[in-house]
Amino acid sequence: MFNLMRIAIRNLMRYKRRTFLTASLITMGVVFVLVFIALSGSFKHMMVSQITDSFLGHIQIHQKGYVASIDTLPLTKSMGTQAVRKVKEAINDVPEIEAYSMRIKFGGMFSNFVETANVRLNGVYPEEEIKTVPLFPERIMEGKKGITKGEILVPELLAKGMKVKIGDMIVVVATNKDGSVNGKQFKVGGILESATGPGGRDGYIHIDDALEVLRMDEVQISEIALRINNFVNLNAVHTKLNNIFLKELNKAGKPVFEVHTWEQLSPFYNIARMIDLMTFSIKLMLIAIVLISIMNVMIMAVYERVREIGTIAAIGTLPKKILSMFLIEGFSLGVLGALIGNVIGISIIYILNISRITFDFGRQTGLVLEPTVNFTDIFTISTIVIMVSVLASLQPAFKASRMEPIKALRHV
Amino acid sequence: MSLIEAENLSKQYISGEITIDALKDLSFVIGPASFISFVGPSGSGKTTLLNLIGCLDTPTSGVLRVSGTDVSQLGGKSAADFRGKNIGFIFQDFNLIPVLSVYENVEYPLLMVQNTPAGERQSRVLSLLDSVGMIEQKDKYPGQISGGQKQRVAVARALVTRPKLVLADEPTANLDHKTAYMVINIMKKMKDESGISFIFSTHDQKVVGEAEIIYTLEDGELAGKSAKGGARHV
Repeated sequence: MFNLMRIAIRNLMRYKRRTFLTASLITMGVVFVLVFIALSGSFKHMMVSQITDSFLGHIQIHQKGYVASIDTLPLTKSMGTQAVRKVKEAINDVPEIEAYSMRIKFGGMFSNFVETANVRLNGVYPEEEIKTVPLFPERIMEGKKGITKGEILVPELLAKGMKVKIGDMIVVVATNKDGSVNGKQFKVGGILESATGPGGRDGYIHIDDALEVLRMDEVQISEIALRINNFVNLNAVHTKLNNIFLKELNKAGKPVFEVHTWEQLSPFYNIARMIDLMTFSIKLMLIAIVLISIMNVMIMAVYERVREIGTIAAIGTLPKKILSMFLIEGFSLGVLGALIGNVIGISIIYILNISRITFDFGRQTGLVLEPTVNFTDIFTISTIVIMVSVLASLQPAFKASRMEPIKALRHV
Repeated sequence: MSLIEAENLSKQYISGEITIDALKDLSFVIGPASFISFVGPSGSGKTTLLNLIGCLDTPTSGVLRVSGTDVSQLGGKSAADFRGKNIGFIFQDFNLIPVLSVYENVEYPLLMVQNTPAGERQSRVLSLLDSVGMIEQKDKYPGQISGGQKQRVAVARALVTRPKLVLADEPTANLDHKTAYMVINIMKKMKDESGISFIFSTHDQKVVGEAEIIYTLEDGELAGKSAKGGARHV
């Protein structure tokens, strides 16, 4: 093998310019793919983090049917004390769950005593909420970074429209699940930055205040948001929870709960999928570049060395060895291109990281781009390039190995 | 025991609707440790005959035994295997591998065909390069040596596997007379030292005179056989 490799490398060095151009093409392809994966991955990761860590959570548990009618925030589909206890018991047994936050979600009227507007509100336990969505405090643009009893965090667009500021008194009026209307005065404790996605424009109050507004005797929870300790295990934890909660059936034999990941709840998931699709398309382009360039160079190599092939075949070199010789040439070109491409690609990613490039996403500005590429990506790209290189060399190598020495020796 | 036996050996080529009889009913026997020349004008069948003996082509009819093996039916892999073990080749255009040095060109058949151990490989290659007077140029590449030197390297490459037979098709055609004479003498010397048979084809009458037995081919037929200093048989 070493001798075949040595001969292959010598043959590649025979046509230095051609080898350089082909390797450069592969290198450029690898660099482009790596940088694209790093940038799109960074963008995607940042966006997903913004959504899951600032309001949505990684996974949410609701009473069955809640998500289907989530736009109306139905209080009739809340989880009662017994159901909440069951859910808490179950999730306490799942070690992958780092934190959870129970929320009462409801719609109401927001009045500044001059004007009235609709508002969607979340009643939460502040400590649980911040543990579950740790970027939540960063969304508070003005006011103290927390939720205090008797205060409300007003979404920025509502605050602007209703001309309310920190310290102002407002009234929230809501209808409870029995149909009775109640109101409560709140002090504006903070202005909350809007976020992209469902619930991104909701206001926040303490859960005790929500119970008071809705005149609930006992806690009835609309949703439980979960944070898992390793985001990579999202689907595994989701499956695990599904398996647990599918066993909880009502009297009609139907499941009591439903479990959704952020992907099923946020429209941004479609953008994330589009990013994945684009990454896949870029990989396909890389395959095409490698396939065509290597095949071209190997066909040329075989054509130019017909007499040489005839000579080595005549002196007894077996067809499989001739095949290996050309396959190793293609393999070496692929390895060379992948190696240089990885070095340049990683260098560019490093430079992008130290350059601290910022960008805006929706209303979020100054997000710092932190492109990263992991070993799996590097390994996958390198493997694709090398495998395609060998594949592209297969036809020319096979042709070389099947040449009749007598005809090859006559070739001019 | 004879090295080569040919019985009614014929080879036809079909070109469109025309059938060309390249060789017609050749029968001959060549013994071991011979220094044989096939002569004849262009198209007389010399190269075709050498290709058949070298298992690079198969006869249309007849029997051809090389070293006791009927090579007339050998194909692909088994022919390559047979060539690798029993036959060395010297080509008119030298056909050295340009990316390999003189040493590596001679080493190639041992390395890639016979898988000879490194120590033995080195001693055989150096010994042969010394014999053909190319030891000083062992690190040079084919592009850096003359035509005569290339052919000496080709002789060493043909002999390094210790074949039973070396076939040389017009080995001196691209060399000046002095160099051609020198190459033929090296081949002869190697034959005397190793006992390996050499069969070569040539046009050059002065070089032909160095052969022990000369077969003359005309229009694919054996027109005569003569031994050096001996009588001519038809």
